[in-house]
Amino acid sequence: MPDQFLFATEVFINGLMAGVLYALVALGFVLIYKASGIFNYAQGVMALFAAMTLVGIMNGQVPFSHIINAVFGTDIHHFGWHVPAFLAILLTVGVMVLFAWLVQRLVMRHLVGQEPIILFMATIGLAYFLEGVSDLMWGSEIKKLDIGLPQGGSFWIEDMTAGLGSDNFYGFFIDNLDMVATVVAALLVIGLVLFSQYTKQGRAMRAVADDHQAALSVGISLNFIWVLVWSVAGFVALVAGIMWGTKSGVQFSLSLIALKALPVLMLGGFTSIPGAIVGGLIIGVGEKLFEFSVGPLVGGATENWFAYVLALLFLVFRPQGLFGEKIIERV
Amino acid sequence: MFYRESGDFKSSYEQDSQTFPIKFDRFRYYAVLAIAFLVVPFVINDYWANAILLPFLIYAIAAIGLNILVGYAGQVSLGTGGFMAVGAYACYKFMTMMPEVSMFVHVLLAGGMTAIVCVVFGLPSLRIKGFYLAVATLAAQFFLVWLFNRVPWFYNYSASGQISAPERDVFGILITGPNAPAWATYMFSLIFLTLCAVIARNLTRGTIGRSWMAIRDMDIAAEIIGVNPLKAKLTAFAVSGFFIGISGALFFSVYLGAVEVGEAFGISKSFLVLFMVIIGGLGSIFGSFAGAAFLVLLPVVLKVVGVDVLGWPTDIVAHFQLVIVGALIIVFLIAEPHGMAQLWRVAKEKLRLWPFPH
Repeated sequence: MPDQFLFATEVFINGLMAGVLYALVALGFVLIYKASGIFNYAQGVMALFAAMTLVGIMNGQVPFSHIINAVFGTDIHHFGWHVPAFLAILLTVGVMVLFAWLVQRLVMRHLVGQEPIILFMATIGLAYFLEGVSDLMWGSEIKKLDIGLPQGGSFWIEDMTAGLGSDNFYGFFIDNLDMVATVVAALLVIGLVLFSQYTKQGRAMRAVADDHQAALSVGISLNFIWVLVWSVAGFVALVAGIMWGTKSGVQFSLSLIALKALPVLMLGGFTSIPGAIVGGLIIGVGEKLFEFSVGPLVGGATENWFAYVLALLFLVFRPQGLFGEKIIERV
Repeated sequence: MFYRESGDFKSSYEQDSQTFPIKFDRFRYYAVLAIAFLVVPFVINDYWANAILLPFLIYAIAAIGLNILVGYAGQVSLGTGGFMAVGAYACYKFMTMMPEVSMFVHVLLAGGMTAIVCVVFGLPSLRIKGFYLAVATLAAQFFLVWLFNRVPWFYNYSASGQISAPERDVFGILITGPNAPAWATYMFSLIFLTLCAVIARNLTRGTIGRSWMAIRDMDIAAEIIGVNPLKAKLTAFAVSGFFIGISGALFFSVYLGAVEVGEAFGISKSFLVLFMVIIGGLGSIFGSFAGAAFLVLLPVVLKVVGVDVLGWPTDIVAHFQLVIVGALIIVFLIAEPHGMAQLWRVAKEKLRLWPFPH
């Protein structure tokens, strides 16, 4: 087989894996958007916050130690214990549920009935707030997140594919972590689908997504459902945070993955879980292939904007995205 | 009592439809202008110019531009940083290509250039709206920043990839470069701000402004009653781009002097200007001023209180700033979605009757 083709295939597969990671973030957006019509810009910062909290709990860091030290002149940093990964994840989920409750209680409840764009801006405010809080709470330095996921390239795949090309092709390089992420994402989606199809709360969630007022009139508590949805989105953010945090360290740039998830959403449609996944895969593959084929001609780093321009061009022809519901407007 | 309109009779249509129909308002406005033009230039020093007044003037222009797009025409844009970069780079190219021309012309040309780019990126708004459009404008933000970073022609093949403003003047008075006097840079920006505010105020009161607001309130209904959405949306993008381009050009040439595009015009700039518009008040020219003043002053005040008075490390103060800005936005959206401009309006209503309760 020609080398060029093999390289392209490798890029393609890696693009698929990257797309899964984008889709993971995009899922959190879709959940909240479907249930409450809120476009939650803070999703990326929630992933950052979740990952920071996880690291903080695992290392037994004292929350707000920075500011306590600055105000009282003390010198405390750690409790001195290490929490095992599984327990720490459970505790972090607890924190995210608490966060969901607070958001619902303090912010979203007061904004019911406002225009969507006002809600969107409120979540931008929320994103800034949460970013500041997580930095104050756990410190802004880059942290290492290690909960025992495998990392680095897979030797097995490299050995298996080494003989395919000529001498300068050493086999496919595929990241172990990406493969784990793919499996986790698949499990997460299956879990979400099962949850929304076969549990009482899941059904209530879908009812709210369909029609707030009708759901309210058959006795579904909107407050509860919204807390639930934000909690689930927080959980998805935690999973995304773990994957991205393990890959590139827990730091501010983690919150920028939200920006990568936006074109995915535009492409797939804001209201569709399958859309988020297919959109993620298209964007992941598209931007890797584009960088591989066109990038060298125009100076590289096209990944910064390719996804957006692709989504933008696509939207001009299909304004609601691939799987989005048709937008019907009446005067 | 402090704010009265009794005895302020109008006897012609011109008087009735003027910008400031209440006499008190009008004189207050003249007084502010007089102080800004006749007093401040004589007392200004470098610290005040660079830390507070210049950023305020320049951000106010950007906020007016964005407010036209978001507040009046209802087209949410997150690409302000990218459009400011267009203004800055266009200004730089004009400054180096035509050194003999007045700086005034360069800035206007940069605004025009940005208007064209803004219209191009506004074209999709005819098909997509709301969130989709907001996200689509991010395409402009990322693409433009990437473009200015990667294409050496834009930064004249300089080794650092930065652009830095050469010394240019207006009527022999140095405006750009490190030797420009504080009062000159201040006056230069102030003139642009005044012009922009007057133009914006009058545009939004006229036919174009009304068609923008009709599109904002409900585009389909507006179309039915005869507003041309293509014209309304694209003029909004053009006018907004013109103002944002001017502010970008001033930001680079007069204020910073040297710019690295990713740092100065990144996505955080887009959000900063958007926050100015939200906190100040959507759909209000005064709100743009208030929002810009607020967000320019906030970090300065926080730094003075946090670092100088309380003696905290700067990074904690910076994080607190994020928390405070975020919380303020949420509080404003909950308590007063129309921002500081609405607070001002309410205060005026109260003052009309003060000290009587009703």
